[in-house]
Amino acid sequence: MCDLAMFLGEQVKIMNGVEGFMYPNEIGLQWSVLIVLYPFITGLVAGAFILASLERVFHVEAVKPTYRLALLTALSFLIVAPLPLQLHLGHPERSPEMYFTPHSTSAMAMFGYVYLWYLMAVLVFEIWLDYRRDIVLLSRSSRGFLRVIYKVMTLGSDNISPRSLHIDEKVGWIVTLIGIPSAFLLHGYVGFIFGSIKANPWWSSPLMPVVFIFSAMVSGIAGVMLIYMAVTKLRKQAIDVHCVDSIAMYLFYIFIIDFSLEMLDLIHRIYEAGESFRSLNFMVHTKLYFSHIVVQIILGTVTPLALLFITQVVKLSEKVRKRIYVASACLALMGIFAMRWNVVIGGQLFSKSFLGYTTYKMALVTREGSLVAVGLSILPLFILWALIKLLPPWSTEHHPQQAATGD
Amino acid sequence: MNLSRRHFLVLMPAAAIAWKAVLAGTPEQAENYKLSEHWWGMLIDVPKCIGCGNCVRACAAENDVPEGYFRTWVERYHVSDENMTNPEVISPDGGKEGFPVVKEDEKKYFFVPKMCNHCADSPCTQVCPVGATFVAPDGVVLIDQTYCLGCAYCVQACPYGCRYIHPEKKVADKCTLCYHRITKGLTTACCESCPTGARQLVDLKNPKDPIHEFLKTHSVQVLKPQMATGAKAFYYELDGSVR
Repeated sequence: MCDLAMFLGEQVKIMNGVEGFMYPNEIGLQWSVLIVLYPFITGLVAGAFILASLERVFHVEAVKPTYRLALLTALSFLIVAPLPLQLHLGHPERSPEMYFTPHSTSAMAMFGYVYLWYLMAVLVFEIWLDYRRDIVLLSRSSRGFLRVIYKVMTLGSDNISPRSLHIDEKVGWIVTLIGIPSAFLLHGYVGFIFGSIKANPWWSSPLMPVVFIFSAMVSGIAGVMLIYMAVTKLRKQAIDVHCVDSIAMYLFYIFIIDFSLEMLDLIHRIYEAGESFRSLNFMVHTKLYFSHIVVQIILGTVTPLALLFITQVVKLSEKVRKRIYVASACLALMGIFAMRWNVVIGGQLFSKSFLGYTTYKMALVTREGSLVAVGLSILPLFILWALIKLLPPWSTEHHPQQAATGD
Repeated sequence: MNLSRRHFLVLMPAAAIAWKAVLAGTPEQAENYKLSEHWWGMLIDVPKCIGCGNCVRACAAENDVPEGYFRTWVERYHVSDENMTNPEVISPDGGKEGFPVVKEDEKKYFFVPKMCNHCADSPCTQVCPVGATFVAPDGVVLIDQTYCLGCAYCVQACPYGCRYIHPEKKVADKCTLCYHRITKGLTTACCESCPTGARQLVDLKNPKDPIHEFLKTHSVQVLKPQMATGAKAFYYELDGSVR
């Protein structure tokens, strides 16, 4: 610490969590852990959808066992995605104004439209098309209140003739095709919200939306892989190893692209050493050292990459591979969360004067506290559980032996 | 035109939304005040500032600024010859109660008053998702606090740290250039209270305003010109170390 202070060429004064000089209005952080959750959750949505599209559009049969689960996972997280934003707003009751009078020059104004488009036109529509046959059959076989729910879910479309299902299949394919750029739009747009802020050198980068998209794919794929393995285990079924092998392979390659982009951004900043460099460099070596260097880069990126690399080049037993996949996915999710943390919180820890640093004090039981954040992180899993109960994803699932012959 | 009751009921909400959109971005103004005849800014004469904090106190009293937040503040720079890019800067309580006495040394000391720059191409108004903050036709950047969501995106977008979320109102807040005063022909509270005339309200559309002569004959700078925000807080004799 002392060395770093000397590195700055000045004596660093620490007072109320502030070192050096902050503009007086900058001392408290404006965006809390809830805004960290928002890109993390939308990233999981986008990534899960991309994984689902692998089977639907690119015909990667090996990942078919996760197709419906990936869609339901995406929906569960997408339902929760706006909640952290709503809780963060000073006046959440005014948020509909973003729909009624959006400001055309604001990136954030598009949130409502992008969200609704992705939720209704892509995800819900695709799930409905894919499940329509099951819903109709369930509406016929179930009783009582559940029957009413399924009846409503058919939306009056109870024709499940082969021709009708063929049309569903065709339309579903088109929806997925539209869904891929929509998933990129959803998360690239979140990256743009940060990347377009020229006042903040930590955020301001044209690479930000691209990095966000690839990190979203990493988190979504890792998340669905973990959920698939956990759910299959809970159902006391055999995990389709060929399926998780394929997912792990995609995770590895996309992770490499993501890591390369992040390193490109980092190396560019270091080599360019612009006006803000000394300030950002100091921050990475002190306040963000643990979350950036240790958690994001070493534990959350290099370690899972190394583990996944081993599974790609060394012949390991199924049991060992599965354990490595679980460890890699957990670490990758932790690393992506740390990345969101470092972007959102890290971007507010230094003064725009580049002369000082503040501290983020996370409250426990406030509206934007850590308890709420934990609750919001767990909530999608409960929604997923309810969705799985309502729309079981494995009703038409391939048997592992069958799936093993695919791809 | 025959307007049935059904059509009327359909059109009413649409008309209400449209009217709300028209009203958003219309600043409150006094009678006989013509928005199009003004283009307001501020001239800050750095060598004249003595760091007394009168402006900060006057602003807080005039505009009911919450404790711990600032619509204007004063910074004291302490710059050495060998390390100009790393000045020591302080602004205790925004300079409201002045500054501690300095030890005599060979370094350079000076005060810099700060406030909203009322940028013509303001990044804060660009990012507001509902257009609650806007550049009025007379050049003042204002906030419609009855419309602001309190998302703080504008706070993040301001390169000068001039905005904050009001702790009670839960909406964005900042210097309005004492809009309630200047539209009535008065000057701002900070300008009025400055004992040395270090701050001067200027109207760039008024041909008789001495600012035109001043800008012609003096070296004037804006803060962070690389941000290209069209800032209208003009600083005379601004040191290169100022951020």
